[in-house]
Amino acid sequence: MKMKLQDHMLVPKHEVLNKEEAEELLRSLGVKKEQLPKIKATDPIAKEIGAKVGDIVKITRESLTAGKSVAYRLVI
Amino acid sequence: MIPKRINAIKFEVLSPHEIRRMSVGKIITPETYDDDGFPIEAGLMDPKLGVIDPGLRCKTCGGKAGECPGHFGHIELVAPVIHVGYAKLIAKILNAVCRECGRILLKDEKRDKFIDEIENRKRLGQDFEDIVKEVFRITKAVKKCPHCGEEQIEIKFEKPTFYYEGEHRLTPKDVRERLEKIPNDDILAFGMDYRAVRPEWMVLTVFPVPPVTVRPSIILESGQRSEDDLTHKLVDIIRINQRFLENKEAGAPQLILEDLWELLQYHVTTYLDNEVSGIPPARHRSGRPLKTLAQRLKGKEGRFRGSLSGKRVNFSARTVISPDPNLSINEVGVPQVIAEELTVPLFVTEKNIDIAREFILRTEHPKANYVIREDGKRIRVLDANREEIAEMLEPGWIVERQLMDGDVVLFNRQPSLHRMSIMAHYVRVLPYKTFRLNPAVCPPYNADFDGDEMNLHVPQSLEAQAEAKILMSVQEHILSPRFGGPIIGGIHDHISGLYLLTRGVKKFTKEEVMSILKPLNIEELPEPKEDGYWTGKQIFSCILPDITIEFKAEICQGCEECKKENCEYDAYVVIRNGELISGTIDEKAVGAFKGIIIDEITRKYGNEETKRFIDNMTQLAIRAIMNAGFSFGIDDEDIPEEAINQIREVIANAEKEVEKLINAYKESNLEPMPGRSLEETLEMRIMRELGRARDQAGKIAGRFLGMDNSAVIMAVSGARGSMLNLTQMAACIGQQSVRGERIKRGYTYTNRTLSHFKPGDLGAKARGFVKSSYKEGLSPIEYFFHAMGGREGLVDTAVRTSQSGYLQRRLINALQDLKVEYDGTVREQTSGMLVQFRYGEDGIDAMKSFRGKAVDVKRIVAEVLNKE
Repeated sequence: MKMKLQDHMLVPKHEVLNKEEAEELLRSLGVKKEQLPKIKATDPIAKEIGAKVGDIVKITRESLTAGKSVAYRLVI
Repeated sequence: MIPKRINAIKFEVLSPHEIRRMSVGKIITPETYDDDGFPIEAGLMDPKLGVIDPGLRCKTCGGKAGECPGHFGHIELVAPVIHVGYAKLIAKILNAVCRECGRILLKDEKRDKFIDEIENRKRLGQDFEDIVKEVFRITKAVKKCPHCGEEQIEIKFEKPTFYYEGEHRLTPKDVRERLEKIPNDDILAFGMDYRAVRPEWMVLTVFPVPPVTVRPSIILESGQRSEDDLTHKLVDIIRINQRFLENKEAGAPQLILEDLWELLQYHVTTYLDNEVSGIPPARHRSGRPLKTLAQRLKGKEGRFRGSLSGKRVNFSARTVISPDPNLSINEVGVPQVIAEELTVPLFVTEKNIDIAREFILRTEHPKANYVIREDGKRIRVLDANREEIAEMLEPGWIVERQLMDGDVVLFNRQPSLHRMSIMAHYVRVLPYKTFRLNPAVCPPYNADFDGDEMNLHVPQSLEAQAEAKILMSVQEHILSPRFGGPIIGGIHDHISGLYLLTRGVKKFTKEEVMSILKPLNIEELPEPKEDGYWTGKQIFSCILPDITIEFKAEICQGCEECKKENCEYDAYVVIRNGELISGTIDEKAVGAFKGIIIDEITRKYGNEETKRFIDNMTQLAIRAIMNAGFSFGIDDEDIPEEAINQIREVIANAEKEVEKLINAYKESNLEPMPGRSLEETLEMRIMRELGRARDQAGKIAGRFLGMDNSAVIMAVSGARGSMLNLTQMAACIGQQSVRGERIKRGYTYTNRTLSHFKPGDLGAKARGFVKSSYKEGLSPIEYFFHAMGGREGLVDTAVRTSQSGYLQRRLINALQDLKVEYDGTVREQTSGMLVQFRYGEDGIDAMKSFRGKAVDVKRIVAEVLNKE
């Protein structure tokens, strides 16, 4: 049986943004999709959460300095 | 003028056609000037090639010197020669094409597949080098041409410019003929664009002669002309070329022609690059190797690193630095001679014209060196024209007056590793020849006074001066953006001085108090204690602003239960409303990097007040240490006989312990530690045993030296040195190590470090344990082991500095375009790419943090409680 990557303590939380959320994010940052950091659609975690090319993935990490930090990546 | 933007740069190889097209004339004589000193037509200094002498005009474009950029000429080579820069590539191509038909040694379909892939990569802006490499690799192995069936012979390339096909040597002419045969479509497979580079262009038939402006001749003091190295080399090329031509026309034997051809090849090669391996460099008459084309570009002093990325500046000075504690931390002492040379522009307006005029009329130090008229003409102010200039002066002119007290300058010490390496200081013009700075600013510059030199720059515009004052002043950098604590603070004597002043209850008479506080502008003395004396703590309180903090000092022993104010070591500092109630001031309180008091003042009162505090603190500390008297000599390391005996005993016991361990090991009675081999276990236990012995020896020494010993004072207060240093001086140096292990290298075949020991001796002495102290002196064997350990340390530092320097260079180059935007995101400047969604994930400016933490909860709580 394969283990879920998300269950591993070292893998931060990944989730796909829906269309409205994605638009809101890009609007608030004032950037185009392409200016976001990238993640490959073939990345194991992207496959697991079913992210498709063009989606934006929200990553929530535990951070040593900030407690919780949020980052976004464009799926390519 | 319409500003132009460079979108792309394409590099091509000059074709013979292009060389002739851009040439303004054929150069045929190696002579430069005739007997009257005029340049010879069709010579290397032909006036058509441009002008360098002022007054003359260019025969091609009519421009004067400075206007005319210069024009290329050319030489028709009698026989083709290889261009060294492309020699390697030529060899690769020769091996990739058929020796008979000139086709690439690939079937068309296969070739097209490679070409498609290269095009693809080019379109995506990716590297295609690896594909080209693959093409060369495959074609080299092909034995038979797939197009004409010709057998292929591998061509051996011999540096720098020779090609052999088996035993037979290919002349450049043969090479060129082969390259000419390659069809355009095949060239694409080598990653080359045939419109930009035809391979045969890499074999020279025409030679471009650069304009004279590129190789100006200089006139020596004796009136003799001295030609540029390039000109010398060109003379050689033309001379041999002519001789070759004459011999060829006269029908000289093949052998002589071949020699001349090779000589021509040599001259062309060294003209392009005079440091090619395999041939001797061309030399000047004096024996100095000539600086030819490649040498002009290459290396640190070359065109790229030396002239384009790096530039030299005016309005700067450099000299040795020395300390002056009487200067404020944001001042710099500038030698008079330097102040008289450097200038600050004074932009003349109606309002300051009188002041400007005064500078011009002055004949001593702060006077005007130059004035710049409205039309940009620069006039030197001399005794002869001083009055006249002052008369003519009008608004719009610029008066360049000498540097004087109060001017703002940038002060820098290399290596400039962080932003505190360049800070703005205010000028104090002083006698003598060194830059003077307050020793408290040594830490950010990482400066000392063993001969360090520093640079000084004078900002030339009002904007630059304002920026320097507001952003770069020393006080703006007291808190470091690296760790959110002070980087400027007390050092060495300041710390021992305040330690001596504030430790315990020291009593001072009024005279002493006055003398200590003399330089400090204190208007009122505090009330003396009941006995009519003042304490050191009271004196220190005089310079403290109104702050309230508590902390454990550096000398804190780390007791299990802290007794706070009642600490028996006086190590718990309590400051209430600007009054030092208890505790000793040491490195933790005022030191650079630690300085809790400095930190507190900055947060409460800002940079200006902190600057004042540091100035006062250093002055007070120096008076205090002078009042107490402080020195250190060899006899401060003396320890009584009793202590020596105790130390000997400790070490003897340890040695015995080691022997026991070794015996246990030999009799296989040693219990291995988990995950370790028996040998490793033994080594670790011996190391631990000996380390413990050294520490014990140190403790004994420390105990006998006592807290009044100057070295102990410096070590515990954090001023300089450590207890370990002291231990090594007074008691025992301890185990020497190489690569973190006891010394084991030496005669490996008999397994001993020196021939003084029995083979396989694992004892303390045989493996680099030094039981002497530095004061006692080392035995020859100990000395040798110590040198081994010492050498490793030396090598490590040398390697580390170069490696970390390069690492930092790469990091800076990679990160230089990143900027924190107003919304707290980090973006790349040109593309707007997001790098971080919140700077450092928490959006905190480290400089404004509390030692890296976003909020100092303790402080806020204390503040709130205090208010109630």
